[in-house]
Amino acid sequence: MEEKKLNLTLKIWRQAAPDAAGGFQEYKVYVSPDSSFLEMLDELNNELESQNLDPIAFESDCREGICGTCGLVINGHPHGPIPKIATCQLHMRHFKDGDTIWVEPFRAKAFPVIKDLMVDRSAFDRIMEAGGFISVNTGSVPDGNAIPIPKDIASEAMDSASCIGCGACVAACKNASAMLFVSAKVSQFALLPQGQPERYRRVQAMVKKMDELGFGACSNTYACEAECPKGISIKNIARMNREFIKAKVKTEEIDV
Amino acid sequence: MLKLDSKVPTGPIEEKWTNHIFNMKLVSPANKRKYDIIVVGTGLAGASAAATLGELGYNVKAFTFHDSARRAHSIAAQGGINAAKNYQNDGDSVYRLFYDTIKGGDFRSREANVYRLAEVSGNIIDQCVAQGVPFAREYGGTLANRSFGGALVSRTFYAKGQTGQQLLLGAYTAMNRQINLGKVKLYSRREMLDLVVVDGVARGIVVRNLLTGEIEKYSAHAVILATGGYSNVFFLSTNAMNSNTTAIWRAHKKGAAFANPCFTQIHPTCLPVHGESQSKLTLMSESLRNDGRIWVSKIKGDKRHPNDIPEEERDYYLERKYPSYGNLSPRDISSRSAKEVVDEGRGAQGQEAVYLDFRDAIKRLGKKVIEERYGNLFEIYQNITGENPYEVPMKIYPAPHYTMGGLWVDYNLMSTIPGLFVAGEANFSDHGANRLGASALMQGLADGYFILPYTIGNYIASERPKLVETSHPEFEKAENNIKNMINKLLSIKGKRTVDSIHKELGRIMWNKVGMSRNEKGLKEAIEEIKELREEFWKNVNVVGKNEDVNQCLERAGRVADYLELGELMARDALNRNESCGAHFREEYQTQEGEALRNDEEYAYVAAWVFKELGDWELVKEPLEFENIQLATRSYK
Repeated sequence: MEEKKLNLTLKIWRQAAPDAAGGFQEYKVYVSPDSSFLEMLDELNNELESQNLDPIAFESDCREGICGTCGLVINGHPHGPIPKIATCQLHMRHFKDGDTIWVEPFRAKAFPVIKDLMVDRSAFDRIMEAGGFISVNTGSVPDGNAIPIPKDIASEAMDSASCIGCGACVAACKNASAMLFVSAKVSQFALLPQGQPERYRRVQAMVKKMDELGFGACSNTYACEAECPKGISIKNIARMNREFIKAKVKTEEIDV
Repeated sequence: MLKLDSKVPTGPIEEKWTNHIFNMKLVSPANKRKYDIIVVGTGLAGASAAATLGELGYNVKAFTFHDSARRAHSIAAQGGINAAKNYQNDGDSVYRLFYDTIKGGDFRSREANVYRLAEVSGNIIDQCVAQGVPFAREYGGTLANRSFGGALVSRTFYAKGQTGQQLLLGAYTAMNRQINLGKVKLYSRREMLDLVVVDGVARGIVVRNLLTGEIEKYSAHAVILATGGYSNVFFLSTNAMNSNTTAIWRAHKKGAAFANPCFTQIHPTCLPVHGESQSKLTLMSESLRNDGRIWVSKIKGDKRHPNDIPEEERDYYLERKYPSYGNLSPRDISSRSAKEVVDEGRGAQGQEAVYLDFRDAIKRLGKKVIEERYGNLFEIYQNITGENPYEVPMKIYPAPHYTMGGLWVDYNLMSTIPGLFVAGEANFSDHGANRLGASALMQGLADGYFILPYTIGNYIASERPKLVETSHPEFEKAENNIKNMINKLLSIKGKRTVDSIHKELGRIMWNKVGMSRNEKGLKEAIEEIKELREEFWKNVNVVGKNEDVNQCLERAGRVADYLELGELMARDALNRNESCGAHFREEYQTQEGEALRNDEEYAYVAAWVFKELGDWELVKEPLEFENIQLATRSYK
C-alpha cells in the first residue's frame, strides 16, 4: 500500500535551554502518508544526527495515546488538528503535499520549556500528591464486591479517570488553567463511594495546590474540552466547582 | 560456581506462603524508619512496592526516567487483570488459576511462585477497588468479568480497554499519598546506569540526571528493580519507546544471574508493519479474541478484498485446529499459527497479516454491544490504519510484546545478589515459557503490594544490612565507569546513527531469534550480533554532550546493552534443544507442527552468570512438579 509521499515544510520551535531565547527553524521533509507525526520527527532527527546536528528534543513513550508523554502544538492546536487523539496518534495522511506545519511546545507559565519541544509538567504531579488519592493502606480492604457500584456511576467515573495527564487542556487555555485536569480526578473520586470520606478535603487540597503553582482561572471558553485527546467533559469542572463550594459550607477550611 | 537456592518453603503448596509469612522475621514498627529502600521503576510493580513499603514505615527512594511516575509502560496494558475470585460461579479457584498458569507457561515455571500468585490474586482486586479503580460493573453493581486466552473461565477484571492505565493510576495515587506524607521521595528523570555492590551485597545505585547529565549516587539497605521487560531489543515491539533493559542488564553484569532470556512473547494481535520509518508496533488487546474470529483465505496469494471472500473460502484456522479453545488459544500458539498461514502465502491480501473479523459478533450482539466492549480499540485501529473495523475485518500480525525471561529470583524475589530484589516483568519468576493474557498486571501488583513488603522485611530483620555511604570507593568506581562509558560513546563520532544500528539488531533478532528459531540461524545471529556490536563501538555517532538533555546519548546507552543482551538471548535459545511455549525450535516439533518439549533434559530454569562479554556460565535450577503432572499442552 505504498501511497504517494508528501513534501512538507516544518517550522519547528528550537530552544537550547530553559532560559535561552528560542525561535522557529525550517526543515524540509519527504514523508509517507502512513507514517505518524512522531515517526516523521524520528526520521528528521536521524537525518540531523547523521549530519552531526543536534536532534530536536521532543518527548514520547507509548505511542498509543495512553501514557500522556507526548504533546506538541501543531498548527496552533495541542496534539494537532484532529480531535480526540494525542500527538503520537496523528498520522501524516491528514496533511497535504506542500503543506507548511508549525510545531511548538505546550506553552504555559506552569509548564516551563526544558529544551526545544520538551516542557516540565511536574506541576501536575504536585497537585496529585496534594490530594488526588484515596487514603487506604495495602491490606485492610473489604472484598471487591462488598462495595456495589451502579454500572452508570462506574462508567461515569471511568470517563473522568481516563485523563492521561498530558497537559493539552492547560496548553489550550488562554489562562493556562488546569481545571479540566484537576476536576477529572476530583470527579472520579467524588462519584465513587470509596472517595466519600475524603471528598471535601481532597477538592480543597488539590485546588489550593493548583492555585499555588501558577495555573490560571477558568473563564469557560471550553478550549480544554475541545483539545482534550480523551474527550474529558467540562461537566467535570462544573462538578468540581460544586464540590468546592460544598466543601466550604460543609467543612472547615483545611490546612494544606 | 554459583549455586541457586530457590528458597521454596517446605510443606503442602496451599500452606507454603502462609507458613512462610509466619516464619519470616519482622522489623519492629519503630525500626522500619531506620531503613532506606531504593525502588527503580514506577510501573505497577515499582509504584505498588514503593507505596506499600512507605505505608509500612520504610524510607523509600523511588526512581523513574520519566517526567512523571504515571508514564510507566504498565499504563498501556489494555485487556485486564486475572484473579481467582470465581465471581462468575463458573468453576474458577486458586488451584485452577495456578493450573492454567503452569500449563500456559508450558511447564517451565516454579510451582510455588505460581501458586502464591494465584493465591494473592483476589486481594489485588479488593485493593484496587478500594483505591477507586473504576472497574467495569454489572447492572447490579457487582464487578464484571470477561474471558481471556488460555482459560475456560471468566476471571478477567477490566476497565474498558484501559485496565493498565487504571491500575497504574491506582498504584500511582497510593504512592503519591506516601510522597505527600514524606515516606516516599520521588526522583524523576533519573536513569539507573549501575548497581553498586559492596562485599557482595547490593548497596545502592548510580543514575544519570536526564536534565543535567549529572551522575548521581544513592545508597540504601535494599534495592528493588522493577524496570520492566526488554522486548525493544527487537527494535519494533509493542513496548514504549523508552522501555529498556539497561537497569537489569547492568545489574546482571554486576553478578545477578539472568534467567531464560530467550523466553520472549510474541503477541498475536498487533497491527502489521507499515514501512521502514515505523517506530513501534501497536497492540490490539487480546480481549478482542473473545468476539472476533481469526481467519485467512483458503487460497494462496488471494488479493481479494476480505468482504468479497465467501464464507466457504475462509479458513478459521484457530477454530479448525484447536476446537475447544479456538480463537482464545494461548498467545504462543496463536502467533505461530498466524506465521504458518502467512508463510504458506495465505496472508491477508498477500501481506504479513491475518484477519480479525467482527462481522458475526456484530450480527449476533449488535453494533452497540461491540462498541461498548471494544469501542476505544476500534477507534485506535481506525485512526492508525484509516479503515473501519465495524465494516472491514481488522488486519493483525504478531509482534514482540513481553519478556518472560529476566533476572533470576528466589521465592523471596531476591536475585543472586543479596539485597537486590526484582519485581514485575523485570524478573523471570511466574510465567515460564509463555505468559497468559491478563497475568502481567496480576504479577506486577502481586509482587509490589503483597510479596516484597514481607520478604524485604525478612531480609532486613535477618541480615541487618548496614548503610554504605556514597563516598565509599565502590560508589566512586561505579561513577567513574559510567562517566568513562559516556565519554567513550560521545567520542566515537562515527558514521552510523544509533537508530540505524538498533534497527539492524532488531532485524537479526526478529529473523533469527524471533517466533521460530533453528540452530543454524541462532549461530549466525550470535556472530552477526558480535559484528554489529563492534561496528557500534567503532562507528556510532552520538551527537551532543553529556551536560544537557541528550536523548541521543540516552538511546545509545540502551542500544549498547541490547547488543550484549541479544547475544545472550541467542545463546540461551541455542542451548535449549526443545520447543516450549514461546520458544519454538524448528528442529523440535511434532508431526502436526506443535511444540515438542523435552522434559528429561530441559525441565530447568537456565540462569546465566556473566563472566565477561561473550562468556557466560550456565547454572540450572531444576524444576520439580509435585502438584501438577507434566503433560503435553493440548488446546484441541
